[in-house]
Amino acid sequence: MQFSENWLRSLVNTDLDSQALNHALTMAGLEVEEMQPVAAAFTKVVVGKILTTSKHPDADRLQICTVDVGNIVNGVSVPLQIVCGAPNARPGLLAPCAMVGAELPGFSIKEAKVRGVESFGMMCSSKELGLSAEATGLLELNFTAVVGQDIRQHLDLDDHLFTLKLTPNRSDCLSITGIARDVAAITGATTHFDAIEMVEAETQEAMTVVVGQSAACPRYCGRLVTGINAKAATPEWMVKRLERSGTRSISAIVDITNYVLLQLGQPMHAFDATKLSGNIEIRFANANESLLLLNDQDLALKADDLVIADAQGALALAGIMGGKASAVSDETTQVFLESAFFPPAVIAGKARRIGLSTDSSYRFERGVDFGNTRNALEYATTLIKQICGGQVGPVTEVISTLPLRTPVKLRLSRLVSVLGIPLMQADVAKILTQLDFAYILSNDVFTVTPPSYRFDISIEEDLIEEVARLHGYDHIPAIPPVACLDMLPAPEKRVHLNKLHDSLVAKGYQEIVNYSFVDKSWETDLLGNANPIALKNPIASNLSVMRTSLWGGLLDTLTYNLNRKQDRAFMFEVGAVYQKIGAAYVEETRISGLAYGSAMPEQWGVTCVDIDFFEVKAHVEALIGAGSEVSYEKAEHTTLHPGQSARILLNGKAIGWIGKLHPKWQQHYSLSKSTFLFELSTEAILARKLPAYQEVSKLLPVRRDLAVVLDADVAVDLILSTIKSANIPLINEVALFDLYQGPGVAENKKSLALSVLMHDTQKTLTDSDTDTAISNLLQLMQNKFGATLRN
Amino acid sequence: MSDLTHLIPAAIADFANSATMNDLEVAKAKYLGKTGALTDALKGLGKLSNEDRPAAGAAINVVKQAVEGALTERREALLNAEQAKQLAQESIDVTLPARAQSLGGLHPVTLTLQRIEQLFHSIGFEVATGPEIETDFYNFTALNIPEDHPARAMHDTFYIDEANVLRTHTSPVQVRYMENALKNSKTPPLKIIAPGRVYRVDSDATHSPMFHQVEGLWVDEDISFANLKGVVQDFLQKFFERDDLVVRFRPSFFPFTEPSAEMDMSWNGGWLEIGGCGMVHPEVFKHVNVDHEKYRGFAFGLGVERLTMLRYGVNDLRHFFNNDLRFLSQFR
Repeated sequence: MQFSENWLRSLVNTDLDSQALNHALTMAGLEVEEMQPVAAAFTKVVVGKILTTSKHPDADRLQICTVDVGNIVNGVSVPLQIVCGAPNARPGLLAPCAMVGAELPGFSIKEAKVRGVESFGMMCSSKELGLSAEATGLLELNFTAVVGQDIRQHLDLDDHLFTLKLTPNRSDCLSITGIARDVAAITGATTHFDAIEMVEAETQEAMTVVVGQSAACPRYCGRLVTGINAKAATPEWMVKRLERSGTRSISAIVDITNYVLLQLGQPMHAFDATKLSGNIEIRFANANESLLLLNDQDLALKADDLVIADAQGALALAGIMGGKASAVSDETTQVFLESAFFPPAVIAGKARRIGLSTDSSYRFERGVDFGNTRNALEYATTLIKQICGGQVGPVTEVISTLPLRTPVKLRLSRLVSVLGIPLMQADVAKILTQLDFAYILSNDVFTVTPPSYRFDISIEEDLIEEVARLHGYDHIPAIPPVACLDMLPAPEKRVHLNKLHDSLVAKGYQEIVNYSFVDKSWETDLLGNANPIALKNPIASNLSVMRTSLWGGLLDTLTYNLNRKQDRAFMFEVGAVYQKIGAAYVEETRISGLAYGSAMPEQWGVTCVDIDFFEVKAHVEALIGAGSEVSYEKAEHTTLHPGQSARILLNGKAIGWIGKLHPKWQQHYSLSKSTFLFELSTEAILARKLPAYQEVSKLLPVRRDLAVVLDADVAVDLILSTIKSANIPLINEVALFDLYQGPGVAENKKSLALSVLMHDTQKTLTDSDTDTAISNLLQLMQNKFGATLRN
Repeated sequence: MSDLTHLIPAAIADFANSATMNDLEVAKAKYLGKTGALTDALKGLGKLSNEDRPAAGAAINVVKQAVEGALTERREALLNAEQAKQLAQESIDVTLPARAQSLGGLHPVTLTLQRIEQLFHSIGFEVATGPEIETDFYNFTALNIPEDHPARAMHDTFYIDEANVLRTHTSPVQVRYMENALKNSKTPPLKIIAPGRVYRVDSDATHSPMFHQVEGLWVDEDISFANLKGVVQDFLQKFFERDDLVVRFRPSFFPFTEPSAEMDMSWNGGWLEIGGCGMVHPEVFKHVNVDHEKYRGFAFGLGVERLTMLRYGVNDLRHFFNNDLRFLSQFR
């Protein structure tokens, strides 16, 4: 909502200056988004009248003007000589004249010689006064300008444009009158609204109005005005007020309806009455009915669209926009003026449905004062008569059940406890009076009847908010709550997500945050997900579907950084992925990492080696934590190298993936080195075991090392888990400490060096005990995997 | 028996001239070895009379002890010198850079989220979460924003389908949390914060289509608007580690709180908007069957990126999602 400060001040006389008014409005919930002076600061510019012009002797484009600026010496008018280059400088022209000593935006005026001719001032264009960005000549003033008058006064330039960012509940402030009313309530200033005159009918010409849907239109006022001059010029004061409210002047009739809307908040419509036939009917649209709107939009009406119709069909979309066929034009000689009340529920959403928001729909869907419908019509009539002439017909008013303003109770005790400040009965009474809210007080309970222009007062909290607003939120102190001190649970069998972050940070990974919506091809191609969840209204085509993996973002971020001369990147992200399972949307938080480049940063004393699968695997295991039964199963994934990828299992349940980026994707992203990726469900890896003490053996373990040869394709994990689950007596732990393939070991075979730890909690082991255990172990490996002892 | 005391200075001189342990051993043999001067002298004692023997023996011993003393002294000196030499050889340039894996780092938004969580945890707030693909019901209706309400237009919403949206705020978590709490017979006081990603169809220098919010909710029997101001002010003072920070409330409108306020924070002589807040609206309590006569609550929503920018002096929102490592690595 934009308006002129001076227009507002014409309705409410407050002592506050512009800045203070700005602050007061903002602190009362009418947030001032912008406050702009109408004109930049300048001084000593008056209305000048060019009396004579003559050619400059030494410059083709310059004229020597004599200008009357109302300067009178000893009873004799003394015009100024001013050299001027404007093409429209001519005798008789009234234009702004900056006197010697004037300060204009960016420069000042001095006595000067222009190509040898003395000049005592400057005739100004609108650009030179900072009123417009461009100008082609002097700003031409009309006959109402008084020679010598300060131009700021003449053009009413000491004004500000206020733009309010109004919240949807405050529809009562969508007019100058409404804002003035609130300013009065906030500051205690008084309003002076002009009394609205009921215009007597001069003719008996009227339209019959039939309200078919009284609930959708509880109040309708209409009137014919005949014999008007639609070509009449809109008065300058009205044009100025409209323009300073961001409304362009169009024609007298349209300007008047817009002016009434701005002044009173009541949307008005004027139909060209010669184009109407039969009765005016307010009804819902008929099947297959259509309407060509004023903006040339041809609308197929829906059954719940309320229309104003005549015998021929729909004329206007009620409360939203008029129709083209019955629009007023310069040729219009009679108008049917409409001022109506449509409840918010009837209009809400309708404009948006057809991609529109009009000044009218914006107000109706938030609430228009149904107590002012007739007044607005009368006011518009007065203005039409003033400006366009014509004969006024009687008002046709159809009124049914208007919205109830049910009294709302406000308990002082409740108010005090909700706000937390000790307000007194008298304070509240004073505030309600300032607001002009009628109330009855009994036993510290105010029963308040809200005015017709307030659509936001229906429960006690609404009143509490109003009282707080007027009391001033600034006057509510910040008080720490007093509450019970209960400790929060501290589960030990579940780590905090922050621990996972910290684990990767310690391994050199930088956290990144990517958008949750991604390029569709990342899903369909990189991840092989043919049907990702799509947004109906994505912000860009490359942010159109919800991700099912964080890898796309990580790879994208990798290339972004490689393009910025990074040669190594360890990165991770924690975030949700989204899937549709049946009708349900399922989200899961994942922790996902990418490693590219050398295993260690380049530094002295370390040979640069690129990161490999097993190092990244160590990072993953650090994440999962010790004591968890994690295993890796060779498996294929669209994104990963088929020979270097694994599904990660925790207690047999799949929880994620690890692997090397598939060479085809490496090529796609133009990556010169191998890239390793992993992704895990965070929920799965937050669980930890509660440590439980077990007796430490006093006897020392015995270690034996052995090397076995077996088929190269037997997974080591399988060997170790087989040994473990075999529970061979005395054998406590078997670990791999070397792996060898090459000369000395047959092709398709590999040699594993294993360390075997044995101990008995009861006795010291003898050689024969350990020999037996080792022989059992070898036997097992022989049977299960065809392993032989390497000589 | 001749006087042997002259051997003492001779031995000291010999020992001092021995530059190595080997030389010293050779010098030692000259006096104390099998054929050394002192050994010979001791052997000669047998030839002396019983009367003379003790005095002569004592005199030799004095010399012997002196020589041995000089030997030990020299031996230690040589040993020390040798050790000193070895230590000098082993010396390193301790100013060489440490050899290590580089340290990673957290995203600045995460740093802020962790601090927020830590601060609210210290006064008993638990963390609650909710889905980002949210139903229209929880995102709007349960928060007293019925369909076609003009407030919906304030939320440039991303739609998934008719009934589901990308949540436009973290407020739906309030509703979900209260619903669950009551289902599990947990009654107020309820104190939660709900951090997370939210989405709006808006993208320019100062708006990101995805950003982070933290929702706070405190429901209790005697919680007031003044308390809301108290908690928010306390938080901001602790978060920015500045005791002089003041919070200003401005009347505003959110369908799910009443009274509602915009929160401004004093900053460099002016005011900065940092979020919205208010007392939980009775309609919201009705949706989750909390007795709104008995209980009251406050709720607030903070913009995490905003707090992060102010805390670390970041001047462009877009840095957060470009993920330039040169930017991110500054927050270690």
